[in-house]
Amino acid sequence: MKLEIRNLTKTFGGVRAIDDVSLDFPSGSLSAVIGPNGAGKSTFFNLISGAFPADTGQVLLDGDDVVRLSKTARMQRGIGRAFQVASCFPTMTVAENLTAAVTAHVGQWGNLSRRFPPPGVRERAGEVMELIGLSHVANVEAAILSHGDQKLLDIAIALALEPKVLLLDEPTAGMGPEERWRMIERVRGLWEQRKLTLIFIEHDMDIVFRIASTIRVLCYGRLLAEGTPEEIRNNQSVIDAYLGTEAHAE
Amino acid sequence: MKPHPASRDVVIAAVALIVVLAIPLFHRSPAFEDFIIRLSAMALFATSLNLPVGNTGMVSFGHGMFYGLGAYAFALMMQMTDLSLPVAAVLAVSITTLASFCVGAICVRLSTDYFAFITLAFQMLFYSVVISWQSLTGGDQGLRGGIPRREIFGFELSSQLHLYQFCSVVAVLGLLALRHVSTSPLGQTLRMIRDNEDRASFLGVVLWRARLLAFTIAGAFAGLGGVLAALFVSGAYPELADWPNSGQAIFAVMLGGINSFLGPALGAAILLALNDAVTRFTEYYGLVLGIVILAFAVGFRRGVLDFLRLAWPRSSK
Repeated sequence: MKLEIRNLTKTFGGVRAIDDVSLDFPSGSLSAVIGPNGAGKSTFFNLISGAFPADTGQVLLDGDDVVRLSKTARMQRGIGRAFQVASCFPTMTVAENLTAAVTAHVGQWGNLSRRFPPPGVRERAGEVMELIGLSHVANVEAAILSHGDQKLLDIAIALALEPKVLLLDEPTAGMGPEERWRMIERVRGLWEQRKLTLIFIEHDMDIVFRIASTIRVLCYGRLLAEGTPEEIRNNQSVIDAYLGTEAHAE
Repeated sequence: MKPHPASRDVVIAAVALIVVLAIPLFHRSPAFEDFIIRLSAMALFATSLNLPVGNTGMVSFGHGMFYGLGAYAFALMMQMTDLSLPVAAVLAVSITTLASFCVGAICVRLSTDYFAFITLAFQMLFYSVVISWQSLTGGDQGLRGGIPRREIFGFELSSQLHLYQFCSVVAVLGLLALRHVSTSPLGQTLRMIRDNEDRASFLGVVLWRARLLAFTIAGAFAGLGGVLAALFVSGAYPELADWPNSGQAIFAVMLGGINSFLGPALGAAILLALNDAVTRFTEYYGLVLGIVILAFAVGFRRGVLDFLRLAWPRSSK
């Protein structure tokens, strides 16, 4: 599914968090959004997923503008997201997390006439669990999962809703170097298998340059540059605003 | 969790009911029968409260209002009309359901602290109405004159044995219905809301609708408990609708355990037994109760059944 952003703007009390950003994410693309802290990356995701409304601009899904729709309606149209801080249901097991998510997705959350889970739901949850590689912890409570597995569960919950466009906000945040690579390989595997339009926010430049086919750089709410890893690496304004300062800081 | 088939709950309920009904055949003890009658009302009251509190994470301080309303509505209908007992009971529960729907519609959109306060406010409003509307409710004297005893299906409820049988059957069926709610997809949705309401709403759950359903169902079953209470005291008293009574239900939920379905019912039994035992020795019942509650809240940090389930995770799951 193709995602196009047109002139998206959001201000918070006079601060332009996202300032007239236009971007295309072709169907089946794998792109990274990078930028310094406070560049508006998470806000950008929040505007696409509908967590809060945009001031002006359009969010086009295969040409249909969804910018006025609620986050639930956008989710039903195929925009899924995982969160920077893993967001799951801590007292439930991994399997229950996913069966509950699928149950909600098929519109059965208010059902009182049968037992949980409704028929067919467990199988679909099992498929997602298999796909993301959490089957071995199916009966473990989410609260006591490792940090990495919690992030995976968060992504799995998003996948349970069968998104066409998947937004991952720092999938490798808080992970050690090895765990990061395992995580990002799984993300890449998902992208290939499910033919997703995948967009992720990431701070680790090694990962970004190795994985993403297109990179978008945000800075102070504006689009600073976009292009292939090679182009971004050699873009002087990106080096000045972001890559350079990071190298300087390290 | 391996979900159990619904038949398992029905079998457990049936066995429990048969045991309770069989006891008087072997040994008649008025004190025990009184205890079970009071427990039926209290168990429904506390277990229904656990739907918003334990399942959904909404602490309501006004649950006694629905218990009291069920009792008053039932007792008044029995005194003022010629309706048969089951019809009056069904009507009383319907009135309570409608009331909890209306109160819930106002309350459930508020966040936790405000929700707790406004439920308490509604409870106090209801209590004031009961106290001041003397011509209808008898004011602080309560509804006196007794409930006309009408025979239903061969049951004569002025006989203690028949009342005992009637209350146990109603309570077990009521608990079974509440069990069904908590194991339904809606029950799971309520747990999602308790755990992480933001994520639940991202998944398409309409939060206020789910909460309102939980609140309304809880009110309905509290009303059913109130009907049993009215039968036991043969009338209705303002204390049933007063806030310390809501507190009793919260105590029962805390004592028994919020994460186990039967926790609140067990808590109600402990509370009643404690009441009976302590009042025999001292008038400072509140002091003893307070110490027990503190021990559970600060010491164990969970109710009896939750504690046991953690100690023996296998046997209970």
